[in-house]
Amino acid sequence: MTNKLNPYLSLYIHWPFCETKCPYCDFNSHVRPEIDQERWKRALLSELATESDLYPNRKISSLFFGGGTPSLMEPDTITALLQAVDQHWGIGNNVEITLEANPNSVEKTRFKNFRSAGINRLSIGAQSFDDKALKFLGRTHTAREVIAALDIARTTFPRYSFDLIYCRPEQSMDSWKEELTFALEFTNDHLSLYQLTIERGTPFFSSHRDEEFRMPDEDTAAEQYEYTRDVLSCVGLFPYEVSNHATPGEECRHNLTYWRYGDYAGIGPGAHGRVSDSGNKLAYHRISNPENWLLQTEKMGTGLQKKNKLTPKEILEEMVLMGLRLTEGLDLEEVKKQTGRSIENWVNPDSLVLLIEEDLLILTENKLQATQEGFLRLDSITSMLLANLA
Amino acid sequence: MSEIKKIRNFSIVAHIDHGKSTLSDRLIQACGGLSDREMREQVLDSMELERERGITIKAQTVRLDYKAKDGNHYQLNFMDTPGHVDFSYEVSRSLAACEGSLLVVDSSQGVEAQTLANAYLAIENNHEIIPVLNKIDLPSAEPERIRTQIEDVVGIDASDAIAVSAKTGEGIVDVLEALVSRLPPPKGAANVSLKALLVDSWYDSYLGVVALVRIVDGCLKPGMKLKMIATGAIHEVDQVGVFRPKQDTVAELGPGEIGFITASIKSVSDCKVGDTLTEAKNGAVEALPGFKPTVPVVFCGLFPVDNADYEDLRESLGKLALNDSSFHYEAETSAALGFGFRCGCLGLLHLEIVQERLSREFDLELITTAPSVVYRLHLMSGEEMTLHNPADYPDQVQIKSVQEPWIKATIIVPDEYLGPILSLCTERRGEQDQLTYVGNRAMAVYYLPLNEVVFDFYDRLKSISRGYASFDYELVGYRENDLVRVGILVNGEPVDALSMIVHRSSAESRGRQICERLKELIPRQLFKVPIQAAIGGKVIARETISAMRKDVTAKCYGGDITRKRKLLEKQKKGKKKMREFGNVEIPQSAFIDALKMSDR
Repeated sequence: MTNKLNPYLSLYIHWPFCETKCPYCDFNSHVRPEIDQERWKRALLSELATESDLYPNRKISSLFFGGGTPSLMEPDTITALLQAVDQHWGIGNNVEITLEANPNSVEKTRFKNFRSAGINRLSIGAQSFDDKALKFLGRTHTAREVIAALDIARTTFPRYSFDLIYCRPEQSMDSWKEELTFALEFTNDHLSLYQLTIERGTPFFSSHRDEEFRMPDEDTAAEQYEYTRDVLSCVGLFPYEVSNHATPGEECRHNLTYWRYGDYAGIGPGAHGRVSDSGNKLAYHRISNPENWLLQTEKMGTGLQKKNKLTPKEILEEMVLMGLRLTEGLDLEEVKKQTGRSIENWVNPDSLVLLIEEDLLILTENKLQATQEGFLRLDSITSMLLANLA
Repeated sequence: MSEIKKIRNFSIVAHIDHGKSTLSDRLIQACGGLSDREMREQVLDSMELERERGITIKAQTVRLDYKAKDGNHYQLNFMDTPGHVDFSYEVSRSLAACEGSLLVVDSSQGVEAQTLANAYLAIENNHEIIPVLNKIDLPSAEPERIRTQIEDVVGIDASDAIAVSAKTGEGIVDVLEALVSRLPPPKGAANVSLKALLVDSWYDSYLGVVALVRIVDGCLKPGMKLKMIATGAIHEVDQVGVFRPKQDTVAELGPGEIGFITASIKSVSDCKVGDTLTEAKNGAVEALPGFKPTVPVVFCGLFPVDNADYEDLRESLGKLALNDSSFHYEAETSAALGFGFRCGCLGLLHLEIVQERLSREFDLELITTAPSVVYRLHLMSGEEMTLHNPADYPDQVQIKSVQEPWIKATIIVPDEYLGPILSLCTERRGEQDQLTYVGNRAMAVYYLPLNEVVFDFYDRLKSISRGYASFDYELVGYRENDLVRVGILVNGEPVDALSMIVHRSSAESRGRQICERLKELIPRQLFKVPIQAAIGGKVIARETISAMRKDVTAKCYGGDITRKRKLLEKQKKGKKKMREFGNVEIPQSAFIDALKMSDR
């Protein structure tokens, strides 16, 4: 039944390897001296085949190669995976196919091959235009390489975006203004701007705890965030999510699927999925450790670690957590469709009234949206909204 | 039963740390009460806490057998006494059971505030006092100077003071000889009906309730039916015994003797300390002069840090009260701190000891609210009320007048610190009574409101004098003063645990102080949070915690929402330690820290 309601599926493919591990990163990425590309290709294809058997009659709405550093994959592997997806489900003409790339793994010929394989959107982990900052962030490329990579991206791919990390230790408002202005020279129609956060379990966590560097205070972070959103709106790159900006129509469709809580499948180590099936929302994730995932996938055709049905309450929580990150807000119709609950059946009216009165949220007929002020404090707002959820 | 002429009953009184416990140990050792092997440092201070802090909390008693130089065997009954001001009541009780005292003074430090207070208690009890100059082994000892000081300050003859070193054992025999020769034997007759004073009682996990008694007349034997005159209760005596210091049963206790009995008494509260024991049939009719019942003077709230420990706390307080009749408690609820108890103690040290025993013996993590005294309120309706908790303060308009307890405080301090100490007393609304000199040290006697003393007075005193000031006090009665209740409001809601009763003149500064602290301690919230101090409806101080500026996860990793959901669950768990004040939730730890800071 749900299959008919939601025929679309976004597909994520995870490549878990990097040449070096960055000290701020707590994502599922690993450094290995040698990688058997052929073996990995076979395993990914095998898990893909298993997944397509489970959810056969879907339309692929987007594809995303993430990592790790998926630009370290052989273009041939990408070609094979895209061919397989096309065979299983078919890939339409307008399907967005993104590849994450690091500036130092960009080689012109290699990129042409990615393009030929079918990649139509490149997302480059530039992170900064300042060599000192790049060094601090543990990046192995220079600002010059970032600029060169962006040049290649512009001439090779119809769409591209890049990431910057700001609000770094000792980064003043002025230096960020300068860096952002410079970055705009190379921007096309999409930009992801993340404030640096210190995550538990990363090298930055311990060096920050040992006071080897100090993070900018809350007020500085707020000022830089507001400035960033204002300036990008002025040049037509509107914030459509907490940290993402695009000209209208150029938003990352794949990521929108997450935030709008559409169906997505994940292939590869540590990949997550949310798929509607026979009236249920299934949540699953794959084994994180690359070698363990590989061995299990070779044996059983999938590296699945856990799969479970989400309760309506869990679905609701996830939709609120994700949906409020979008400028367009949380789609209350969609919430009702997926959980059976209209807003008066899940929100604490006192909290909602207060958040609206304090100009942190806006409620329209079928949307709940954060205001500019609200975006700055979204975590506290969602936790207040969901505090007494039964 | 010993011949009454060969009995001597004595106490030791001293300022804290002047070596009372070490001297006790030596006396026990010299009389063979314990072999060297059995001798533990300070055997009398049996509670772990007492040993650790070097103070005695409960009175203890030991019977010693001493063969004097005259060739006779004497029975020496020694009552140990608490050295601290909070326990002066227990001191008087012990003193009432004896005929004489050793007044121990450190021969390098000299007379201190508690030396005076305890010496006066002994004088009041008509004791024969033997001054003992302790610690003569120290290079800084000046026994001759201290001897003169005792005469000048305490006003007793110290020409026969005995110089000893409890540490090396020097002079110990002289002390024992002096007890025999200088103290009078007790008076009393064996062949009349029993009259015994109930000096103390406690709960022993093996024996049940144990009562410590001093026989005045008659004899006490197992199997006797006893009547307690005040309560009228009748009990049959199971065991009669003494401590040497090991517990030892005896056939009987005769006139002048001190010992313990067990008599299937169910609870310590059935033993009214100060009561007179006699025979159930044909007993004495006239009671001995008893003691005034103990009245707690300092109150505070005790709350478990984890609300789940509430029942454990209740049980632990019950056990504690079993052995400490001066400790009172009743249930209390606080919006900021949850469920807890209002506890009454004899003083600040007593309070601190109660707290430490609870956390140590019962393994409970506790929050203590600021200590408060007992106020007497005269209401417009003509009614009178006693107030133990500032949270129960009635509306200001209902109050005609407020009275607060005052104390007479004696402070002895090296001359160089006198100035700041006098300012401290003035600042605390003190009125000077006397200012004299004890050698190169000043002795200031002040009348002070107890209210001002429970609020960090000791600590200020110690820090101003670098630990050299000694302090003692006695309650002298109630006085009417211009007192107000300062309430603390967070986000417009009262924080009961932080309300306080202060003199109008210091209301604003104290209120401001708490507001400033809370501003530091309460984390920024989604909305701005006003913190106010108010008298009734009138705000006297205000601070505002500005709203948080930024709290948003920058990057939402791929499709891993499970991780975000887990974070949400963790936050929900964290809420258990939060207290709601209108639309904001404030971590309980902020209030705990605010209270800790006000202790300082």
